[in-house]
Formats: sequence, C-alpha cells, structure tokens
Amino acid sequence: MPLSPRRLVLSNGLTLVVQENPASAAVSAVISVAAGALSDPAGREGTATLVARVIDRGSESLTAEAIADALDCRGAALSVSAGRHRMSLSFTCLAEDTGDVLAIAARAITSPVFPEREVSTRRAELVTELREAEDDPASMAVDRMMSELYAGHPYGRPIHGRVATVGPLDRDGLRGFHASTFAPAATTIVLAGGVGAAGIIDVVERAFGSWHTPAPIPVEVPVAPAPPARRVIAVPMMDKAQTDVAYGLIGIARRDPDHEAAGVMNNALGQYAIGGRLGDSIRERQGMAYYVYSRLDANQGAGPLTVRAGVSAANVERTLASIDEEMRVVVRDGFTAKEVDESKRYLIGSLPRRLETNAGIAAFLAEAEYFGLDLDEDQTLPGRIAAVTADQVHAAARRLLDPAHAIIVVAGPWTGPRGEGGS
Amino acid sequence: MGLGTAGAGACAPVVREAVLDNGLKVLVQELRTAPLVSVWCWYRVGSKDEGPGLTGVSHWVEHMNFKGTRNIPRDEVKGIIEQFGGTWNGYTWIDQTAYMETASTVALERMLFIEAERMDACLYHPDDCESERSVIISELQGGENDPEELLDNEVTAVAFKAHPYRHPTIGWLGDLQSMTRDDLYGHYRRFYVPNNATIVVVGDVDTDATLRRIEHHFGRIPAGQAPRRVTAVEPPQAAERRVILRRPGTTAYWRAVFHAPAVGDADFFPLLFVDAILNGASGLNIWNGHGVPVPQRSARLYRALVDRGLAASVSGGLLPTEQPYLYTIAATVAAGETLATLEDVMLGELARIAREGVTEAECAKVRAQLRARFVYESDSVTDIAHQIGYFETIGGWRLYHDLQRRLAEVTVEQVSAAAASRLRDDNRTIGWVDPVDAGIH
Repeated sequence: MPLSPRRLVLSNGLTLVVQENPASAAVSAVISVAAGALSDPAGREGTATLVARVIDRGSESLTAEAIADALDCRGAALSVSAGRHRMSLSFTCLAEDTGDVLAIAARAITSPVFPEREVSTRRAELVTELREAEDDPASMAVDRMMSELYAGHPYGRPIHGRVATVGPLDRDGLRGFHASTFAPAATTIVLAGGVGAAGIIDVVERAFGSWHTPAPIPVEVPVAPAPPARRVIAVPMMDKAQTDVAYGLIGIARRDPDHEAAGVMNNALGQYAIGGRLGDSIRERQGMAYYVYSRLDANQGAGPLTVRAGVSAANVERTLASIDEEMRVVVRDGFTAKEVDESKRYLIGSLPRRLETNAGIAAFLAEAEYFGLDLDEDQTLPGRIAAVTADQVHAAARRLLDPAHAIIVVAGPWTGPRGEGGS
Repeated sequence: MGLGTAGAGACAPVVREAVLDNGLKVLVQELRTAPLVSVWCWYRVGSKDEGPGLTGVSHWVEHMNFKGTRNIPRDEVKGIIEQFGGTWNGYTWIDQTAYMETASTVALERMLFIEAERMDACLYHPDDCESERSVIISELQGGENDPEELLDNEVTAVAFKAHPYRHPTIGWLGDLQSMTRDDLYGHYRRFYVPNNATIVVVGDVDTDATLRRIEHHFGRIPAGQAPRRVTAVEPPQAAERRVILRRPGTTAYWRAVFHAPAVGDADFFPLLFVDAILNGASGLNIWNGHGVPVPQRSARLYRALVDRGLAASVSGGLLPTEQPYLYTIAATVAAGETLATLEDVMLGELARIAREGVTEAECAKVRAQLRARFVYESDSVTDIAHQIGYFETIGGWRLYHDLQRRLAEVTVEQVSAAAASRLRDDNRTIGWVDPVDAGIH
C-alpha cells in the first residue's frame, strides 16, 4: 500500500510530515535538525554529540527529573543522536500520549537550558564510551579508516570527538552550538502511526509555532579527493582474539545520478544473501570470517564505501587479497546479468518490509526529506532501480572500486603486512 | 490434519492451532496490514540440551542447516528468499533453535518448502562442516573481543553448578575444535523431528489454505523418537560467588546474576516488575531489534548510579525461559570511578528494595511501561510470529496473548516479595572486569 504522507511548512519555516497508520496503537517520530558534527568548533569535536546527550535534560519550564518522570510514566522512549549533518530526536509512544510527548520534545529543542550538573554527568558518560571504543577493534578500525580516508576533509573528523576534545566541553559551548544551529527552518518533524494528521498539525503548531530563530547558514561539504595511494595500517591490539578489517574507499553522494546503480553494485558486491560476492568468497568458500560485507554511506557529500570483516590474525592477508581480487574481477568483467537482476529484485522487493512499522516509515520519510527527495519516493524508487542496467552497474564498479587508492585498517592482534608498506 | 484446532478467544487476535499426524504443531495468524508474511520454524533444542564435549553443537547445526538440502542445491541457497525482497535468519539460544523468513506473500510456498527441507533433508557435506568450523570459531573469537561478553560467560558458568544453562550457546573452543561431522549430523537427526517442532505463520494469508499447504509440505516427514529432556535441577545456592577478570582494557564492568524463576513460575511477572522499577521496562522480545530505548531515567538504579556519575550505564535483564535461569544487572563504571564504589551503592539499593519493598506508584508506572512495551515489540509480522513461537518453545503460545492480563494481576505485595526472595546475597554471583592498563594500545 503506497504511503500518503501529508506535508506542510509552518509559518516559522518548520517542516511537518505525517503518515497516518490507523491500524497502529503507537506512534514513532523523528525530529531532525540540520545541526551535526560538521558544525562542531575546531578542537571541540564531540560538541554535537554532547548537545544530543543534554538537550532533553532540562528546559526552561521542565527539570530533568520532571521530564524523566513524564516520559517514564507513559512508557515513552525518547533518544537524541548526532550524525555528521543532523541531530535527530526520536521517540516512540502510545498514540494516546503523542501530544504530551511532542510537547516535551518541543521544549527540549526550542528552549533547552543545559544544566551544569547534567553537562558534567553526560560528559563523563561520553568519555567512558570513548574509552570503551579504544578497547574495541571494530571501533578502532573504522575510526582510523575514516580519519585517514578523509584526511583534511570534514568527514575525517570524529563524530563523537575524542577524550581530549570532549573533556573541555562546557555549558557555554553547548549553548553556543544550539544558538547558532537550531532554527525552525532547519527542522523537520516526521510522525507515523495511529494519529490523525489534522489533530497532529494543531499539536505541532501549539508546540513549535512560537519558535522564531533566523535560519542558520547551511554547511557546505567540499569534494573529497581519493587518497594519493593505497595504505594498509595496523592498529595492534595484541590482547584481542581476532582482528577487525575496515577497507575504505571514497563513495558517492545521495543525490549523485549514479546513486541507484551504485546501490545495486554494492548489494551484489557485499550484501546480497550472506554478503554478496565477498561473502561467497571469504565466508562461504574460504570459511575465514563470521561476517564480511560492504556498505555504501551516501550522504550530502560522498560518504565512504566500506568493506568490513572480522578474521583471525593468520587470515588477514588472505582476506585483503580476496577483497582486492573480487573488486578487480568486478571492475574487469562486471557482474553477471543474473546477479544484477537478483540485486535489483531484492532492493525493490524489500521496500514493503522497510515500510511495515511506524519506525520504518518515519525513518524512510525523514531520509527523503533530509535529502530533498519527493515524498512519493516509495512509489518512484522501484522504477528507478528497475531501470538500472548491467552496464550502469559495471560503470559504478569502475568508478568506485579502486583498490589502488584504498585505506585499509586492521585492528587487533596483528602488527602489519608482510611485504607491503604498512605503518 | 489432526487434533485440536481452536481460536485463542474473542478479544485476542485469532491464532489457529493445529497438530499434524506426525506431531508437528502449526500456528497461523492472519494479519493483513501489509502484503507480507513471516514464517518461523522452531525446534525445542538449545544449548541446554548438549552433553559434555558437545557444547555449541546446536548452534553449529543451525549454521549447517543453511547449506543446501537434497532438493535445494548448495549454489541455489543464495538468493532463495532475497529474490522475493525477503530476509531470512536463524538463531540458537539456551532453550530453542529458530529459523525465519519474512517476504512478500507470494513467497509463502517457497518459505514452507525451505523449512520442510530443513527439517529432514540437510546434507552435512564434510567439506561444509570443516569450512563452518572456522566460521564459528571466528564468531566465538569476535565475541571474545568484547570484555562484557567474556564476563557474562564467566559469571553464568559460575552461577550454575549442575544445570546445562551454564555453558555459552556458542560452545567452548575445545569442543568446537574436536567435534566431528557425525556429532553434528547425529544431533540434527535426534532433534529435528516434526514432533519436536512448531511452525508459525503470520501475515497476509488465508488460514485454511495455509494449513493445507503446510500439510502438503510437512505431512510426509515421519515422526521421530521424542528427544530426551533435561532433568538436571540446579541445587539452591548457599553463598555468594564472585568472579574477577583482570585483563588489559580501558573500562571496568560490573555484573550480578541472581537465580531467577522460569516463565511458568509464580514470581516471574513480579520479578519483571522488580527489574522495571530498578532499571526501566525492557520487555520480553529477545528478537525485536527496533532499538526502542528503555524508559529508565526515573528508575532507581539509573538515578542512584548514572545520575550520580558512578556508572555510565546500567541495565537489567530478565528473559522468559523454560527452566529457572538468571536475572542479570549490568553496569559500566564511569571513567574515573571505581568498581568498589559502584558496588557499594548498587548493593545498598538492592538491599533497600529487598528490605523495604516497592510502592503502589512504582508498580503503576512500570505496569504502564510494560503495557507500552508489549505494543512496541509486536508491531510487525516478524515480531508477532517470533513471540508466538518463542513462547510456544518455553511453555505455550497462549501466554503471549495473556501478557496484558498477567501484568494487570501483579500486586505490590507480590513484587515486594519477589525482591525479598530473589535479591538475596546468597542467591547472587558478582562479576568484575577490572581492567589492567597494559599501555599497549
């Protein structure tokens, strides 16, 4: 059944999208603000993440305790997270509680007070999580891969900061971040579930209608050049049981005309069934890994195409050689017509599952809005995928799969490649 | 088609129950909110059913059952559900092994065929067994990279002296290295019989037609000998037990596990309230991955530990199991704080709830949380089919439809009594990960 969202822009510039789902007793919402880690001041990486942790911990009219009590007694789950470009406040509640929870969310977004005590407690939590990540090979591999692949580019900055940059963050810094980035024109609310659109529009008008702040200057993302040369980097963690591999390439932006072809290519390469061609080779035929897959993070700018695998230290070099070989063959020969057809059928056929739940619908519509896509994306996407040809998939592989310019990080009980220039 | 087909009642969604002549139980629920169907095939075999030297065999068998059958060649497994836009998966835990597919409704026939093949036609080629041995060892070692998983394994093994819930589902490394193809195949033939299985279908289907197709696919499979059931009973714990892991790392972790009631025991739901009062309600669906956060900011342990800066996180876990398992409380020590300080405050809070009980207002709050939680965790055909099948493997699917009534019946006195009887120091095992900064990172 196609979605039929209602979209309108309030007089203050805030965008509202509502998808009614009368069969549901619950509601899921995503409130996105164009205020992510790219807006962190230099040397203060982690600011957006800490804002996300504290923004719902006290507003001008509600203390942190009062907010906690009001949410918990309704069984409502609310969370805020920061990405590179945007901050998202998400909640799920029973349909009957939607107005109350929206009012709490509105106060968090429009009038947070960032109490000193909350800033200090949540900063310590974030430091603990960053310390935990330092003991996690998967986090270490991906973090290092991003910082090297996007050296000098905003996508190379750590989204959640580092212990050293988070430690000095204070209330004034968080207030400054909020004042300079949060505005109704930069905010989109998407609601899906058992609520009527007309009633919700009134509730949102009451909660957000009086919020007036000038629109911030949008953050521009420069083009990310490919690294000058391939590098294999070891992050030795000798007490660990196995290594995590993060093999990174510069990918593409979401609005790139090749996006659909690149999506089919990525699916055939490292996702279809148990990890596409990579899974066939590394897991199924060679039995080297429990997991191996590729992912394409198309964003406002060209996010990475990453291959990830967890393998024993003895198999690292065989694994890297296998990834290189699979890419080389695909670049040379393309995928078979059967592979292209299967991946297209999968990507088209999986759409109803993505749109089955309120949370799935809200996330889909929030993403469409974020990337400036049409609201009937659920109806046009299948046609666009169906139209992708094998030649276009091959062209996408030739454009993106470039082992000679890969940044490869191996974290775990491995000290470096034999016979290849590691560091 | 044999005995006892009956609906669940006027108020609850209608589940049709049937039992084939070979003993296979069938549960079908029509749900026409999306053009999707979810099929789950459940076997009453989990890691508790494994003997010495064979730990991990159930999980390994689960992996082998994705590798082709007499009528599904190995190279045709790939994409068999994906071509319908579908997803498939499987998991093994202490009481059960489950396989699932969710896809567009037109794939129902394919899904039933796959599950019937899986029940009695898997191949266990020796080369596939060997290849999968290293995949599973990789899975185990990936888990060992996580200090919390190491701690959970150690604490569980110490908490149980006699009951086979003591070993991890993935098994011990030595057993994974020595197990043979015949061990795997023997386990498969012993437990994968229709009279030890339940098939659940939920979605945009016609019940009568679905029952006929299930009879067509599964009716030919002969019943097997009823598998033996675990009879071991864990003796009462006599004293607190402790585990301390000192290993290189950056972060300290704290655990306590308490012997807990099985889902059918009288104090299971009261203890679920205790956990929600301490940590916020986390629900009863171990599959649901929608990531709806636990509403816990007003919970006792969150306020005592996280809001005071002693812990970076705290959580509770009471899962429904066939036999008495464990109630877990987990905390991550905040950077700069100590395990000893956290433990002092934690044990003080646990002693307080055991001594003083809980209030009516706390019970009302967590009842509302649990009510909402049960709605959230049943919002897809996949989740509903999971919950019906999961409860069937541990005591009976009707309990799933009975959850809201069971919540309503819990009294403040029962909750206080459960806290007093379960949160005793001689019923607990405490575990620490005490990191040693080896300066190697």
